[in-house]
Parts: sequence; structure tokens; C-alpha cells
Amino acid sequence: MDLKAQESAPIYEALDRFGKMRVVPFDVPGHKRGRGNPELVKLLGEKCVSMDVNSMKPLDNLCHPVSVIRDAEKLAADAFGAENAFLMVGGTTSAVQSMVMSAVQAGQKIILPRNVHRSVMGALVLCGAVPVYVNPECDAKLGIPLGMSLAQLKRTIECTPDAKAILVNNPTYYGICSDLRSIVRLAHEHNMLVLVDEAHGTHLYFGENLPVSAMAAGADMAAVSMHKSGGSLTQSSLLLTGPRVNADHVRQIINLTQTTSASYLLLSSLDISRRNLALRGREAFAGVCELADYARGEINDLGGWYAFARELINGDSIFDFDSTKLSVYTLDMGLAGIEVYDLLRDEYDIQIEFGDLGNILAYLSIGDRKRDVERLVSALSEIGRLYAKDRTGMMENEYIPPVVAVTPQFAFYAPKRSLPIEETAGYICSEFVMCYPPGIPILAPGERVTTKILEYIAYAKEKGCQLTGPEDAAIERLNVLVE
Amino acid sequence: MEFWFSEKHTKDVKLSIRVDKQVYSGKSDYQRIDIFDTPAFGRILVLDGYLMLTEKDEFIYHEMITHIPMAVHPNVKDVLVIGAGDGGVVRELCRYPEIERIDLVEIDEEVIAASKQYLPFTACELDNERVHIYIQDGLKFIRRKKDEYDLIIVDSTDPFGPGEGLFSREFYGSCYKALHEDGIMVNQHESPFYEQDALAMQRAHKRIIESFPFSRIYQAHIPTYPSGHWLFGFSTKKYHPLRDLNEARWNARKLATKYYTTTLHRGAFYLPAYVEEMLKDVEKER
Repeated sequence: MDLKAQESAPIYEALDRFGKMRVVPFDVPGHKRGRGNPELVKLLGEKCVSMDVNSMKPLDNLCHPVSVIRDAEKLAADAFGAENAFLMVGGTTSAVQSMVMSAVQAGQKIILPRNVHRSVMGALVLCGAVPVYVNPECDAKLGIPLGMSLAQLKRTIECTPDAKAILVNNPTYYGICSDLRSIVRLAHEHNMLVLVDEAHGTHLYFGENLPVSAMAAGADMAAVSMHKSGGSLTQSSLLLTGPRVNADHVRQIINLTQTTSASYLLLSSLDISRRNLALRGREAFAGVCELADYARGEINDLGGWYAFARELINGDSIFDFDSTKLSVYTLDMGLAGIEVYDLLRDEYDIQIEFGDLGNILAYLSIGDRKRDVERLVSALSEIGRLYAKDRTGMMENEYIPPVVAVTPQFAFYAPKRSLPIEETAGYICSEFVMCYPPGIPILAPGERVTTKILEYIAYAKEKGCQLTGPEDAAIERLNVLVE
Repeated sequence: MEFWFSEKHTKDVKLSIRVDKQVYSGKSDYQRIDIFDTPAFGRILVLDGYLMLTEKDEFIYHEMITHIPMAVHPNVKDVLVIGAGDGGVVRELCRYPEIERIDLVEIDEEVIAASKQYLPFTACELDNERVHIYIQDGLKFIRRKKDEYDLIIVDSTDPFGPGEGLFSREFYGSCYKALHEDGIMVNQHESPFYEQDALAMQRAHKRIIESFPFSRIYQAHIPTYPSGHWLFGFSTKKYHPLRDLNEARWNARKLATKYYTTTLHRGAFYLPAYVEEMLKDVEKER
């Protein structure tokens, strides 16, 4: 990485120059630097609305970058050790979908773990590719899905030698990392591309003593949520590609669905965050790791809670652990993760990232302060004192292997009918059912509904999980295929 | 030459005190610390631009936060003081010979150092052998304490800076846990008058009544604090702040005070109607 070059932020600088030109706007956006919408100015501030401008020559165009955006993308590629980088404004969802659609098309096979983010399944509905699932191993105690086991992947490749690509979640939401280098070697031996959903891994490119990043491991594409650990504005993201990938083709795929009015607030936030990470990321993430380690020590000292980390590493399905992730196992307290998640917000004014059936995840980043961590730890101490109960009857997280009957695309568009959810066992589901967050589908289009899945959905509902996906927002009915 | 210290009490109201000279200025890991000499209020301590105490009126705050619980609880041996690096609360506590241990938890070492050097009128007992000073986050310290104290005094800054954690439900709950079964917690409870302070006051009350079976508010008049009208919280597991007040016992101690009397003690718990209304609003939400 050329550190000197990283000191510049071309989009931000162009916006700054443009502001000083005092150009009279007879173009969109119609709020005209906020003058037409004083309430918006009051909310967001003058500086913010004055930077909300349209693509034009001095500011380049995200659909076809030739000047400052291209320069910013080159700097991002250099900072992340990628061949090419694409600035994305439709969230990491758009980065993931562009990545999948660049690699596979209708009828082609893609190998992936079932616990992928909904955006991946959405891409399969759009492009018609066929998913081939690798069973993600599940930790017996924590109940969380683990990384991709190399042995499992080998078996899947043997059965599916014609697959075009392999998609890996790395790190997972909980911080579990797979043996990316070996996965890449194996995939490339079989002429398959490796796509990495690296939504929770921006910091891996800059921190020290952290698991290997996708690009460093030789992966072909990676979707990186700059707005998560990278510090940019919500909805801004990066798509990184390696030398085996045709970047011009990827740009064409991106342009199929990406807006032609990309927000300069998002673009400049990517630019500034990339500069910050390149120049100061190492020490910033060392601080985050230290804070997370401190929090784990304090939480484990309370008794009853288990904040897990590197001790889980097993050389395969937990090849490495991202220690910035603060995940805590809650079931020994007799509380579901989702219950702790709700208690923390409703009773203690603390919002964490998510809670599932047996764990919570607090997201630590470059903006955290020690005194806020003290609050989180003390709140857990108090929840333990006031709410802990016997754990009998608590359902544990478990991996329910999907029964794929037809492709997601076929199921999504096929003739269907709506049934009360409790009567759907045995039918093929035509829509998604997810707990949000983390947004990993319980059911995806084309999968057969089982009683076990229905029990899981009922329990998650009862514990207060936010369920999303189906047309019926109350999740009392489900669309199934007419067979 | 005119040299003034001004503190904004709201965005539209400020208090200005003429300064004779600046005695100390330093920046710690947590805050900026300034000490001035002023003609009207003597020496004053300012943290991050907020006036913490003046030589002239600190007695009101320190007497009221200390003697009220001490006149109610019949047998105080172990006391925890959180915040209060200036030493004012400790000074008042040290006047009671039956207290065996005073644990002082202050997050900012430099406040204690500056107070010892420049504020001898409050810091005078910080080296008393009964006083144990812990430089730590109060929230962290109390997390590990269980059934250990007779009295906890929370002398926090405002809830808009490093003191924020001392206004949280997890903090008050931890205090409850750290107290003996007849323990009392007294806390700095903000002011009911200006909107932002009043919201903080209501919030604190809400968080306290969620953790303690009984809590009452009392008041004092402190000229240099925003609006001059200041509140304290009295939260208790057993003793009632008025019914268990033993006037004869306290008066027999013959402690000289400038603000506190056992008669004023009773009066301090009778609040203005609008303040009662604000507290009722919070209690109704329960």
C-alpha cells in the first residue's frame, strides 16, 4: 500500500472544490442545497445538504467513473490489497448480489453454506443459479453455525464438480472464520471462483493479529461492509475483486441494479473512511481488540455468562476468531439471547446488534468508549441478578438442514397459494422467512417446510424475535407452491 | 482588566463570576480541570467548563448530602463515596467517629491531586487513615460489591459526560446490591428547574425507583448551581428519612454546621408542587 497516496481523498476533495465554486444549480436534487427544504436543513445541517449534489463532470459518475471516483476506487483497491474496488451505495446487499451475479448465471451451480445472508438468496432468485449447500457445522454448546469445514467442502466439490463458484461467510456475524487460504487453493484447483461475504470483516484488512482477509487469502471477490466496522455512512459498501475477475464485466453487472443518482454523502464517506483506515486503522483496531478482550474478561468474571473467543479455535470449522466481536452465550442464565437483547434496550437503554436463541452480539467498533463498555457489563451483571432463571425448557439454536426441492428462482415465480402457517408442513415454500437481525433465512424459496422448522418459527415468535420475509407481515400465513 | 468565568446554565441563560486569577489548569484523560480565585466566591473548581464547587457555598452541598443520611441511619460503619474527588463529602463524614471505613472511588486521579494541592478546605481529610481511595470507574467498582456498605453517597457530575454511567439503572441496581439490608443511598439528583436538568432529574428518579423499594427527594438552595435549586435522592431499604430521623441523637453530637439542622432536615423533604408533579409523572409510568 502506498501510504503517501492514501493521504488523499479524491471525492471529498472534489466536493470541497465544487462547494467553493458556488455553482448555480439548475439540476437535481431539487432541494437546491437545502433552500427548498428548510426543515431538512434544520435536521441534517447546512453542510450536509450542500454536499448532496448530482453527478457531473467535476464530480465524476459512479456508473462510469473516469476521474475522481475512479481515483478513489484505485486508492481503495490499493488500501485493501485488491486488483479492483467498486464503491457501492446500495448497501452490502448490492455488493453481495453483484458478486454472485458476476460469478454465476441461470442453471449454474454455486456452493455455499445455508446460513448465508438473505441478500445471497435474493441474488439466486434474480439470476436463477442453483444453490448447493455445504452443511455448516454447529457448535454443540453455543448452537451457532460455524465456518466452512474443508473436509465438508471437499465432499461437496466431489459431488458437484461442475459448480462455478464457492461462497463463504467470513467472518460470520459471531466472528468465526474459515480456513480461507485452503478453501481458495481447493477452489482454484477445481476452476471455481471464491466469493467472500465479508460484511463483518472490513477491519481484517487493517488490524494486526486478526484473521486473514479475503483478498490476502487470494479470494476472487469480496463484499465488504465499510459502514459496519469501517466507519462510513450506513448503506455505503465496497466490492473488491482479484486478478482472475473481469472488472469491466463486474461493473456492467453492478449497473444493472445500482442507482444512477449515487449519493455523494455515501461516496465521500467511503472515501474518507478508506483514508482513515489506511492511515490510522492499525492502532484504532488494536484499541477495539483491547476493549473487546477487556469486556470479555469482565463479563466472564460475572459468572453465568460466557463471552467466547479464540479458545473455540479447532483448526477447521473454527479456523480463526475475530476478537473484535463481542458475542455472549446466554442460555446458562435461563434467558434466550433475544430476551437479553430486549431487556438491555427496554430496561437499560443499551442497544446491541442482535440476540438469537442462545447468544447476544454487541458490536464494538472504532467509536466505542470504555465507559460505555462498563455500562454494558454492569447491565449484564444486573440482568443476571434480577432475571436469571432455570434454563430447562429453553430451545437451543440448532442447524436444521434444508430440504431443497426446486431452485429459489423457480419457487419464487411459480404458481402458489397461501396457507395458514401451521398447515404448511410438507409443502414447498415460495418465500423467505427470516429472523432479523441477523437476517439469515430460516426458510428460503424452494425449500420444503418441516414440522421442526414450524416449531422453531413458533418459538422464535414467542421469544420476541422480529420475523420478516413473507407477504403476510404477521407471519400467520405462508405462500407455498401448488404441486 | 475584566476576567470572567461564565457557565451556560441553558443555551439562553448563563452565570458569570469575575475571576481574580487562574490558579490551575490541566487536562486529564477524562476532562479539563480549572481552578480560579474569585472575589465573590473565593476559590472555585471547574470541570469541563462546569462549576463544581466554590469555597463560599460548598458547605451547603456537602452538609446536605452527608448529614441527612447520617442523622437517619443509627449505625453507619462502612461508607462508599463515588465521585467527590474534591474531598468535601469525606471531610463531613470524617466528623463521625463511629465510621470505620470510607471507600472513595473517583475516576480521575488528577481531580484528587489538584484538590489536595489547591482546595485544602475540602481536601483536608483525604489523607485520613479511615479513607481508602480507589481510582476507578464507579460503575466497575460497585459491580463487584455485595452486601458491604451501610451508606453509599453518589457525588456525581452531570449525566452529560464521564458521569453518565452514574445515572443508569445498572448503577443504581448495583448500589442496591452493594448495600446491607438496612442500607441507604444518597445521590446528587440534578435540578428540577431548567428543562434539560429536569429531564435528567426525572430519568434518574425513574431508574432509582426501579431498583429501590423506597426513594424520596430532598432539596437545598445552592447559589452557584443552575437555578440555585438543587435536589438529592434518598433511597433506602429500611429506614424512612423522616420517621427514622433521630433528632436528639444527632443534636447530642454537637456538630457545628452552617446549613444543616435537624429542623431543616424535615423541611427539606417538603417539595414545591411542580416538583412533586414531575416525580408523580415518573412514578405513574411504573
